[in-house]
Amino acid sequence: MIEWANTIIQGILTGGLYAMFAAGLAIIFGIMRLVNITHGDLIVLAAFVAMIVIEVTGVNPFISMIAVLPIMFVVGYFLQRGILNFTLGDDLLPPLLVTFGISIVVQNVLLEIFTADSQRLKAGTIETMSLELTEGLSIGVFPLIIFITAVAMIVCLQMLFNYTRIGRAFRATSDDATTAQLMGINHKHIFGLAMGLALVLVAIAGVLMAVRTNFDPTVGPSRLLYAFEAVIMGGLGSLWGTLIGGIILGVAQNIGAKIDPGWQILFGHIAFLIVLVFRPNGLFPRTRDD
Amino acid sequence: MSFLEIENLTAFYGDFQALFGINMSIEKGETVAAIGANGAGKSTFLRSITGLVQSSANKFLYDGETLTGKAAADIVGLGIAMVPEGRRLFPSLSVEENLIVGSYSQRPGNWTLERVYKMFPKLEQRRDVPGTALSGGEQQMVAIGRALMSNPDILLCDELSLGLAPIIIKDIYDAIPEIKAEGISLLIVEQDINQALAIADRVYCFQEGRISLDGKPGDLTKDQIAAAYFGR
Repeated sequence: MIEWANTIIQGILTGGLYAMFAAGLAIIFGIMRLVNITHGDLIVLAAFVAMIVIEVTGVNPFISMIAVLPIMFVVGYFLQRGILNFTLGDDLLPPLLVTFGISIVVQNVLLEIFTADSQRLKAGTIETMSLELTEGLSIGVFPLIIFITAVAMIVCLQMLFNYTRIGRAFRATSDDATTAQLMGINHKHIFGLAMGLALVLVAIAGVLMAVRTNFDPTVGPSRLLYAFEAVIMGGLGSLWGTLIGGIILGVAQNIGAKIDPGWQILFGHIAFLIVLVFRPNGLFPRTRDD
Repeated sequence: MSFLEIENLTAFYGDFQALFGINMSIEKGETVAAIGANGAGKSTFLRSITGLVQSSANKFLYDGETLTGKAAADIVGLGIAMVPEGRRLFPSLSVEENLIVGSYSQRPGNWTLERVYKMFPKLEQRRDVPGTALSGGEQQMVAIGRALMSNPDILLCDELSLGLAPIIIKDIYDAIPEIKAEGISLLIVEQDINQALAIADRVYCFQEGRISLDGKPGDLTKDQIAAAYFGR
């Protein structure tokens, strides 16, 4: 019994990481109606940027975020304004194709520079520290930090969207970009800021992922898949739904791994399919958070 | 020189020419009505002024500054606001948020939330509900309030009375004198000719993308207006 409780708790904590992957994706879709196929590769890119920052400065991965987050914000802003804004319109296909192309470019550039070697960011003893909840049941401090960070991220995003001037501009632009211009809102700039914000979330997720697991330039697409599954299970555009989606995915994967280590990924996908069959619009379907 | 001065303005939707050489001038504090049948180009004309539709003109001056090539988001900051056709409230924003977002350009002036609520007391009672949950008339009040929150010098109103009951239209138009008292110029597009003639200092009649008639309401005869409105 305690083993199953352990499996579920570890799954919930893993879900925090998936929710982080998914939050950026949810924002990009929610505000711009853009399906970002590059998302997973940008997570990996953020991890490599952190690796460079750590190599150059010698700081630990958490401190490296002081540089990685602004760098990824700038990358996001100019990616949107320089390329992706030109793909937006009534048709969903152009952004899909363009981000697919960018995904291939990012992967190959990373392979060229960093080779296919597996990498890992080292954060010291915090990686292995654990808290004993009861006898035989303990949780890792680092996975707990990731989960708390994911929840804090969603709370901050909700506050940003609901109580700030820029948050209202994000929502207004998401509702009706043309009318938003009549309010003095430059929708192209807003889209750039939204992508920048999404990549800040991606950067946090990427650095934490890189401390928790090995990564190499080719792991992006599987991260994209987890992010997609979490977003769609949660309901498009709902940030809290995204967290629940991530948790379902994490728990299902851990249950699969408990039964047979080879079934870990399969169980995640099965959970996704089950949710899709019974709730095609996700568990908390909303087009936006309000 | 007029406050808003437009000479030979043309506008296209792709290959389709919607406006042919429009000339119009509006003085500070003046109320001008644009009337005409559906598809005559009235709304396109308003959208050209706001920058939502690309246009070209020999002269396109507002307060001495050219509007040609300016982005819609920048034109609001210059003092031109629009109440769009169909209200176009933001569904995910509450009534109050819809009003607040109107002040996004942070142009200084006298219009505040309190002032808008004083003008339309119904809105204050429903400040927290989504804008789109209101009745059509209340939504129109929000749309007008939202435009005023940008502290405009000129307010463009596209079909204020469209789809509203006569008693509601009266409520909406009752607010116009207070707006005029602020010295705001008004350019009102209206299919309701009587409403337009009652409120306007001058009237322009649009027909197939051109201005077919203009003048002071008192100087124009019913026959002239009918001919200009419906064609020969």
